Amino acid sequence: MIGSEFIINTLSLGSLYALIALGLVFVYGILKLVNFAYGEYLMVAGYTLYVLGTFTPIPWWLTMILAVALAAFVSYLTELIAFRPVRTKSLDAMLVTSFAVSVLLQNAALLFVSPRSRAVPFPPAFSESVTVFGATTPVRNILTIVTTVILLVALTLLMKYTVLGIAMRAAADKFTTTRLMGVPANLVISVAFILSGLLAGVVSIFWVGRSASVDPLIGFAPLLIAFIATVIGGMHSLQGAVVGGYVYGLLFNALSIMLPASLINYRDAFMFAIVILFLLLRPEGLIRGGYTEERVG
Amino acid sequence: MLTVKDLYASYGAINALHGISLEVNEGELVALLGTNGAGKSTTLKSICGVLRPQGGSVEFLGEDLIGKKPEAILKKGISLVPEGREIFTSLSVAENLRIGAFSCYERDRYRYDLEEMFALFPILEERLQQPGGLLSGGEQQMLAIARALMSHPKLLMLDEPSLGLSPTMVDQIFDLIATLRDRGTTILLVEQNAERALRVADRAYVLKTGSMEFSGTPAELESELDIASVYFGGTKDGSGEVTV
Repeated sequence: MIGSEFIINTLSLGSLYALIALGLVFVYGILKLVNFAYGEYLMVAGYTLYVLGTFTPIPWWLTMILAVALAAFVSYLTELIAFRPVRTKSLDAMLVTSFAVSVLLQNAALLFVSPRSRAVPFPPAFSESVTVFGATTPVRNILTIVTTVILLVALTLLMKYTVLGIAMRAAADKFTTTRLMGVPANLVISVAFILSGLLAGVVSIFWVGRSASVDPLIGFAPLLIAFIATVIGGMHSLQGAVVGGYVYGLLFNALSIMLPASLINYRDAFMFAIVILFLLLRPEGLIRGGYTEERVG
Repeated sequence: MLTVKDLYASYGAINALHGISLEVNEGELVALLGTNGAGKSTTLKSICGVLRPQGGSVEFLGEDLIGKKPEAILKKGISLVPEGREIFTSLSVAENLRIGAFSCYERDRYRYDLEEMFALFPILEERLQQPGGLLSGGEQQMLAIARALMSHPKLLMLDEPSLGLSPTMVDQIFDLIATLRDRGTTILLVEQNAERALRVADRAYVLKTGSMEFSGTPAELESELDIASVYFGGTKDGSGEVTV
């Protein structure tokens, strides 16, 4: 059954892309900063999986939790050490800072681990095949979908029903006014970075799980995916990021199936052509969103 | 309660305030008048910490506010209803009010405060679950005032609350400001609509291109200078200079 297999693969890929894009937009929504170091949070989690999984007897589930926690913590640290001091200066300063953080973290991995990729141990059950609705697919793909659904529900509840979530939405809408209501700027920004890092960590488990290896430049491709997904879905709302991720997954898989064998190597070129069409015809993305363009300062 | 002394502020190279001083006492409604660009909003922004002044002092209940963050100044008891209302358009009316109470949330008191706001602004109860962006201008202004009141401010600052509203809505807003004054709320009211503001104010200041032009009671203001002069320059006798 090609049909159900296509649906499961698309949902799995789309889920992964949705989480990737969501992590980038959490920070963008509030700071209007495109954080180029975002991919490196994913790398941090990847290397944590490698180190703990290879050199310690820590069980795999705990390894995964620690990897996600460390990605969130590193994300928070970069905000504290690198972004906070330049936050009131200019958006350009923050953008350049995000490049610097990205390069620093990449080179730390090059220097302290190795420029070559390292094999990351995963429990065998992770890549075993299961049959769901007549489709045969690795357990990993089902886990990706289930994890994404749980995370999206949890984040929706957080953003809609907790005062912290409401404050974050308010800050994404009008930052200065939110501070005038007594909401501390540092609080909402820190939480945005922690959530961003947390999502990068979760993504890392499934991203690294696909190739079972990690290298210093592993963060680049997810960053690109987050850009493309947000171009498609829209940069100005969390919903846009999720929609963009799923549409990207769908387009990618559809291209894989529909393109003749001789053109399959040009799949990315076709994908980018679609992205250019989006930029030309609907630059605000599928979901317009209500966030303003106010600068934080 | 609030003492602003010799305040200087600028946006880059442009000087917006040239050493202004003003005072608000507890229970007073003080109007700050002046044309566009006179420095009214700049004064409010300097008080609430959004803008860092170049010089001078802002003292509130004996405490220096210069250099404090906006969120810290709100906690001291100063709440601003910003120019243009600044409603969170993607948040519901209820969520806007909840953010207003961010600094002092207690479940029971919050419920009580909400009821009180609904009594003052019945329309907000009807629109509670609607996004703030779908409200009319007047309703948004009411929401902005209610949101500011949710933090139990000791001093409420209103920046051009009547701007862009229909005449009936302007009446409603000024009635409301009078109600708040009568309930004992201390208010600093910035307005271009000088006539209306003077009708509710205990005292008034007039700013002109960044300098304090006049201070006194509304009656003194009317006798000393033609209201029109505040906006068009010159004085009642046409000498062109205002002596205070």
